[in-house]
Amino acid sequence: MKANMEYEKSAGAAGPLLRIRDLKVGFSGRNGMLLAVRGLNIELSKGEVLGIVGESGSGKSLGMLSSIGLQARNAEVSGSVVFDGQELVGKPRSEMRALRGSKIGMIFQDPLSSLNPVMTVGDQIREVLFLHNKGMSKAQATERVLELLRLVAIPQPDRRIKQYPHEFSGGMRQRVMIAMAIANNPALLVADEPTTALDVTVQAQIMLMLRELKEKLGLALVLITHDLGVVAGHADRVAVIYAGLIVEEAEVRELFANPRHPYTRGLIASIPKLSSSEDKLYSIPGAPPMLGAMPEGCAFHPRCSFAQDICRKSAPPTLEFGRHRAACHFAESLPPWNETAAVAKGAAHG
Amino acid sequence: MLNYILRRSIAMPFILLGIVTMAFMLTAITKGDPLTAVVSEQQMGNPEIVAAAKQRWGLDKPLPARYLIYVGNLLKGDMGTSFVTRQPVARDLMMRLPATFELVIAAMIIGSAVGILFGLLAAYYRDTAIDQGARIFSLFGSSVPIFWLGLAALFLFSVKFQILPGPGRLDPRMAAPPVVTGFMTIDTLLAGNWTAFKDALVHLVLPSVVLGWTVAGTISRLVRANMLEVMEREFILTARAKGAGEMRVVLHHAFRNILVPVLTVISYSFAYLITGAVLTETVFAWPGMGSYAVTAARSLDFPAIIGVTIVGGVMFLITNLLTDIAYVLANPRVRLN
Amino acid sequence: MAMVQTGSARFRLPVWVSPALIVGGVVVLFWLIATLFPYWIAPHDPFDMVGRRLQAPSSSFLMGTDALGRDVFSRTVHGARYSLPIALLVVASAVVIGSAAGAIAGYRGGFVGNVIMRLVDITLSFPPILLAMAVAASLGPGLFSAAIAMVVVWWPVYARLMRAQVLEVREREHVEAAVAAGAGNFRILTKHILPLCWTPILISASMDLGQVILLAASLSFIGLGATPPTPEWGAMISDGARNFYNWWIAFGPGMAILTAVLGFNFIGDGLRDYFDPRSAK
Repeated sequence: MKANMEYEKSAGAAGPLLRIRDLKVGFSGRNGMLLAVRGLNIELSKGEVLGIVGESGSGKSLGMLSSIGLQARNAEVSGSVVFDGQELVGKPRSEMRALRGSKIGMIFQDPLSSLNPVMTVGDQIREVLFLHNKGMSKAQATERVLELLRLVAIPQPDRRIKQYPHEFSGGMRQRVMIAMAIANNPALLVADEPTTALDVTVQAQIMLMLRELKEKLGLALVLITHDLGVVAGHADRVAVIYAGLIVEEAEVRELFANPRHPYTRGLIASIPKLSSSEDKLYSIPGAPPMLGAMPEGCAFHPRCSFAQDICRKSAPPTLEFGRHRAACHFAESLPPWNETAAVAKGAAHG
Repeated sequence: MLNYILRRSIAMPFILLGIVTMAFMLTAITKGDPLTAVVSEQQMGNPEIVAAAKQRWGLDKPLPARYLIYVGNLLKGDMGTSFVTRQPVARDLMMRLPATFELVIAAMIIGSAVGILFGLLAAYYRDTAIDQGARIFSLFGSSVPIFWLGLAALFLFSVKFQILPGPGRLDPRMAAPPVVTGFMTIDTLLAGNWTAFKDALVHLVLPSVVLGWTVAGTISRLVRANMLEVMEREFILTARAKGAGEMRVVLHHAFRNILVPVLTVISYSFAYLITGAVLTETVFAWPGMGSYAVTAARSLDFPAIIGVTIVGGVMFLITNLLTDIAYVLANPRVRLN
Repeated sequence: MAMVQTGSARFRLPVWVSPALIVGGVVVLFWLIATLFPYWIAPHDPFDMVGRRLQAPSSSFLMGTDALGRDVFSRTVHGARYSLPIALLVVASAVVIGSAAGAIAGYRGGFVGNVIMRLVDITLSFPPILLAMAVAASLGPGLFSAAIAMVVVWWPVYARLMRAQVLEVREREHVEAAVAAGAGNFRILTKHILPLCWTPILISASMDLGQVILLAASLSFIGLGATPPTPEWGAMISDGARNFYNWWIAFGPGMAILTAVLGFNFIGDGLRDYFDPRSAK
């Protein structure tokens, strides 16, 4: 077990595709800077799927958006984001624009509001091609758009290409978003809650499609979600984020088998199970802290039933257990994880 | 959708009738004697004229009959004879309409362009000095008396700094081109008179800027409000995620989504422009319908007053109808239903 | 959970009080004083010849003199005594008549309601200034005719507004309850519906005060409102147009109109912020 030491290089050939170090994103308020993202450390290799799990407001979306330069105008970003050997933080906007849509693709939660309602689907996908392929003709772009629509399994692409977003179903719209995001063969795809706004059956389709595309195109995928079920089925590694910091990170099976952070335990215990004998659904007591009212010490301590004095006083170090790390003073001394028992007694009480 | 046009078109004749009726009521209340509405004071002494008027308008008959005769005459295109010009009012109006159109169209173009530009700037540079500036600009436009603004503009630019010409459509020393459309700018072009064309254009500047200012404020506020709302929407983030530059995001994505309310407000501001045109034409000696109305009002030229009112009402009605139809057409969702 | 103190409590203005509202309030106050106690501000009698004709602004005559040797500044100040009360009268009348009509149309509907709304539609089909001109001309010269003309033009706006409000409030539960309890129509209307409807009307009215001042001045400018020698702002500007090179004659009244209208507009904005802070900015 190593405390606060260099992370081992992951299995990528020339190092990770994406490495985020101590990323902080804050907003200037009347009383100084309010940090929404307080020091993110993330690594992703080619072909890997990283799931980032957290509640609303945890900073999961903001962190990734800021990494690729899509933060709000009044947000300030510091730290390091190295993508494909280039430092993104502080990169001039024109260069960032060249990366977005070509080497880095992004899809969002609600495809209805994420697509321009007054442009045809064809025009919108063609746009991302024209933006990054100077000199491409309209005919060539249209060819490519049709190819993409077929790739994401949209039937009758020549008819669909002329239609408007509202003429598509939710699932098809999301597939259009995916087509747009992969149009220029990106190395990295960031999916921000890609299935949250969709029906359960459609969710499965979309996730499957993302996985297939990942295989076919050799993408690295960042899956941002609040739904542990999604990461359980589709991620290679999972990072759990709380109050702007990653509190636990591990390979997916390891995380579910042996969660080492009380918050993760709480999250897992909150998943409703059909086989449970309890009639009440468990949820972690309390609410995440507001930006201006960050607790001292460990941000989770007010809601944590393992909390001791040290938790209230000092921020926890990140303890490592092989490729599993957790930011908790008691990461190695938590009681063993037994799922059913946890639910029966109310998770965080062990 | 054809449905909708049909429904609106059917309502129109009734409203037209209402307009005409209201105009008629106005003639009925003038100073108690309906004769004063069709015969001028000077001509009252002439028994022949009085008799002819009584014939034409059925003044001896009871009210309902007079109304029918009035409507009948209207349908024949007879709006009475102007006391001032001694010409049929209908003819006067026909001759004056193009001048007003020219002014109003120019004002609409300038006002819309400025309004949209300021609105975009105010939205993009929200809460900065630019935004405040745009706000003051628009506030000023809706608070200043337009006739005073016109006078001030004339004084400053024509008299003081002498960079723009005085009132009127054309330099009085220049020969007017033969009337084809009634639009001085077009007619001078058609006549091949380049100097006159430039002169006409230059004469158009001040009145159309003054008139356009009154609507630029409303348009800019609407553009700003709508842009602020649109820029928060998800697809803007998508456009940025695709690597689109700011200009493209603002114009091609955001602005395209507010075209409908923008076009709507521009069309409705036509109404406001007609109002303003009355006063602007007076100040700038512009020979359009507005100044005709003012002269008529000043001289108590009732046939002319009523005539202008009816025509104004009809123009209003048609513009609003066209705007509503265009609104429905422009909305892809509604169109496809 | 340790929280950071953000400073001691101080005197804070309510959030809806903006600089604009304060400025507007001050300006309107000024003009109200000018309306009620003009001689506190104006040094000379507005009707008397007190100086040489057509003098440019000077220390003795802040805004110069007009073609009849009258002090433009005093006339401008006195002008408020015509513009403001008329605006208030017109708006008040339009509100009362329009609201009554709109409430009836909205509450009972039926034939009467329909007739009212048709009348509203037709009146609103006319460009306001043309209709006002026509009515004023028909009624004869003078500010009173102009006032009536403006009420005729303006009442439909409030009729529409009130009707929309009544239609919406009518469906609310407490109205249903009152009906079930057997309350009579008049009572329902006055006690249960109308009290909830007046906010947008009030906001509209405060904004319209400025517009009515403009319309009144426009009518006078044309010659259909105030008759000479009345020192009404629009009429004064008309004088100024006749003596175009003596720019100061029109300057005073123009600024007066501008400031008064701006003042009322700011107050209207402020009121809107008060009643619906969400719509601010």
